[in-house]
Amino acid sequence: MSAAAALADEGAPDLPDLDAVRAVLDGVMDPEVPVLSIVDLGIVRDVRAEDGVVVVTLTPTYTGCPATAAIRLDVARALDAAGFARHRVETVLAPAWTTDWMTDAGRERLRAYGIAPPEAGGGRAALLGQASPPACPRCGCARTEEISRFGSTACKALWRCLDCREPFDRFKCI
Amino acid sequence: MATLDRSDALFRYLLRLGDTALVLGHRLSEWCGHGPVLEEDIALANVALDLTGQANELLTYAAEVEGRGRDADALAFLRDGFDFRNLLLAEQPNGDFGRTMVRQLLFDAHDLELQAALQGSTDSRLAAIAGKAVKEAAYHFKHSADWVIRLGDGTDESHARVAAALDALWPYTGEMFQSDDAHAALQAAGIAPDLQALRLRWRARIDAVLAEATLAAPAEGWMQAGGIAGRHSEHLGHLLATMQFLQRAYPGARW
Repeated sequence: MSAAAALADEGAPDLPDLDAVRAVLDGVMDPEVPVLSIVDLGIVRDVRAEDGVVVVTLTPTYTGCPATAAIRLDVARALDAAGFARHRVETVLAPAWTTDWMTDAGRERLRAYGIAPPEAGGGRAALLGQASPPACPRCGCARTEEISRFGSTACKALWRCLDCREPFDRFKCI
Repeated sequence: MATLDRSDALFRYLLRLGDTALVLGHRLSEWCGHGPVLEEDIALANVALDLTGQANELLTYAAEVEGRGRDADALAFLRDGFDFRNLLLAEQPNGDFGRTMVRQLLFDAHDLELQAALQGSTDSRLAAIAGKAVKEAAYHFKHSADWVIRLGDGTDESHARVAAALDALWPYTGEMFQSDDAHAALQAAGIAPDLQALRLRWRARIDAVLAEATLAAPAEGWMQAGGIAGRHSEHLGHLLATMQFLQRAYPGARW
């Protein structure tokens, strides 16, 4: 436990401020897409207090996503640093994460970062390869084509713009 | 088999599912750095990652059900070949890229239907794992189907290669729909799905892809069996020798 955490523990024992916890989580970034917070990503499923312990429930994006362990650690570190002495991170699988849970702010941040965001509500059609092509996040052109259904991380596919000719990542819709 | 209780049956079934995902995931990871093009190198590594993640969930659950203090790592890295319950299809060597894609198609079509069915399992933990796996399986199936179509309906050379792969791997498909006493007990409890119904849905998917790929399904004949009972082809031992090396050579080594 850090010194700051120990001090906070003395001051605010039993009723952790959950709004403050959520604000902390807003600042925890996805390590693979560092402009996107885990709240924007939609993987924070619950924040609650149990006998003075802050309990944060996360759900993984992909079953094998290697960032999951790093995110759990980052959440614990951030809560420590913010002075929440007693906390626990839990993982749930159901209901399964979907890109429909990504916030609008998150979608916009992705686009600004150069990654085409998942279409809202586009999950199932996209999964079956029937979704309409995304606009190029660089020039906005609608004429784009898929290079590969898989990309540099589990959550992305590789696309190319037919206008500006730049390749770009697209967040997979699942 | 009156002695087979529910947790024994569930443990064996979870090994069947988890070992299959683990072994196939490892096989696909062997392509890393060897893919025919960079995009496919990355694609196969991604599919391998999904399967390894599913294996982790399933083997973690298996270890809890077993209740003997083992964890997923102990099951993955410290068991011998005869204790693995994976499908024989999963351990078959990669061969060329076309053969890997045929193996993947045969598996993915089955995995997609299996995970979809398991979402309705009366075992809520298994249903939750399937709820995530089914999305990944749908994505994998689209990828392997696209490639089998492209290679089957491609050049004479690519057609001949995937046709030969299909003939060679077809005898390993029967085991996907083979029941045993563990499966029968779980099916009766609503935990595991009806494999014959699953087989029909699998076959419909495969036939649709093969038709578009201008490939003919091999005639029904003798099917290989044994993996789910721990009797494996020689290939599994070689795979485990690589996969388990580090934990065998340096027991307890941590990342």
